[in-house]
Amino acid sequence: MLSADGMIMESSGEMAPVTGSGRRVLILLGCPEVPVQTSIALYLSFRLRMRGDDVVVAGTGAALKLAKLADPEGHYLGETMNIDRCIASISEGKTDFDLCFAFAHSDAGIAYAGTVSYISKAELYLLLFGRGAEDLAETVEFDCIKLVAKAVHNPAPLKKLIDEVID
Amino acid sequence: MSCIDELKYEVLLSQCSFKEAREYIKNNFKEVIEVPPGYRIFDTFLIGVPPLFVGVEGEDVIIPFTKPCYGTYVMRIKGGEEIEKLRAKR
Repeated sequence: MLSADGMIMESSGEMAPVTGSGRRVLILLGCPEVPVQTSIALYLSFRLRMRGDDVVVAGTGAALKLAKLADPEGHYLGETMNIDRCIASISEGKTDFDLCFAFAHSDAGIAYAGTVSYISKAELYLLLFGRGAEDLAETVEFDCIKLVAKAVHNPAPLKKLIDEVID
Repeated sequence: MSCIDELKYEVLLSQCSFKEAREYIKNNFKEVIEVPPGYRIFDTFLIGVPPLFVGVEGEDVIIPFTKPCYGTYVMRIKGGEEIEKLRAKR
């Protein structure tokens, strides 16, 4: 929701200056068992919203709980949505995005990203991380821009890759 | 959303990769139908990288079912009306 002075108002807080890029961006979270995901998701959402993008973060209940607890006033996260509800909405043509950043540290994450690649028109960035990131990257069989970092506890390598693709 | 949890199902393969699930269905069932990712069946939207196969055997359908934290399962479920919907896709 936009306030009169051009700020995005969240139900739990306020902030994020808006220049209004008109881009709708989906951040698709995977299983939250690898620590860097939550930290990078908050940072990524912050960067996208600061440039005026409209951000939706989709994930499992646990992934969203972790992110929301770290952002109690909603300064960084945009709208949030259950991951399967999000896939359903895109599949049924009820919503779509211009860009998608999908997190994957496992085969299941790749399967979700591959689904988005098929059902959405969004340009897809695939963030591959975790100890097996490089091997996992070799299994990707669909069009996407891969950002690969062997990051588990240290978010810096993924942050660097994100900074390179977000202007 | 995921009504599969409320159905009677048999797990044929558990916590495998999506590719293993795809190969299992393709190699173990005579009637195999390709569906697009996001295909709606039992009020669930199938997850996977194309080609995504669903098997049909007798009154049952065999589907890959992916959960973000647990990987992919291959499940056998009573097909009911879903079988005709699948066959109509061919």
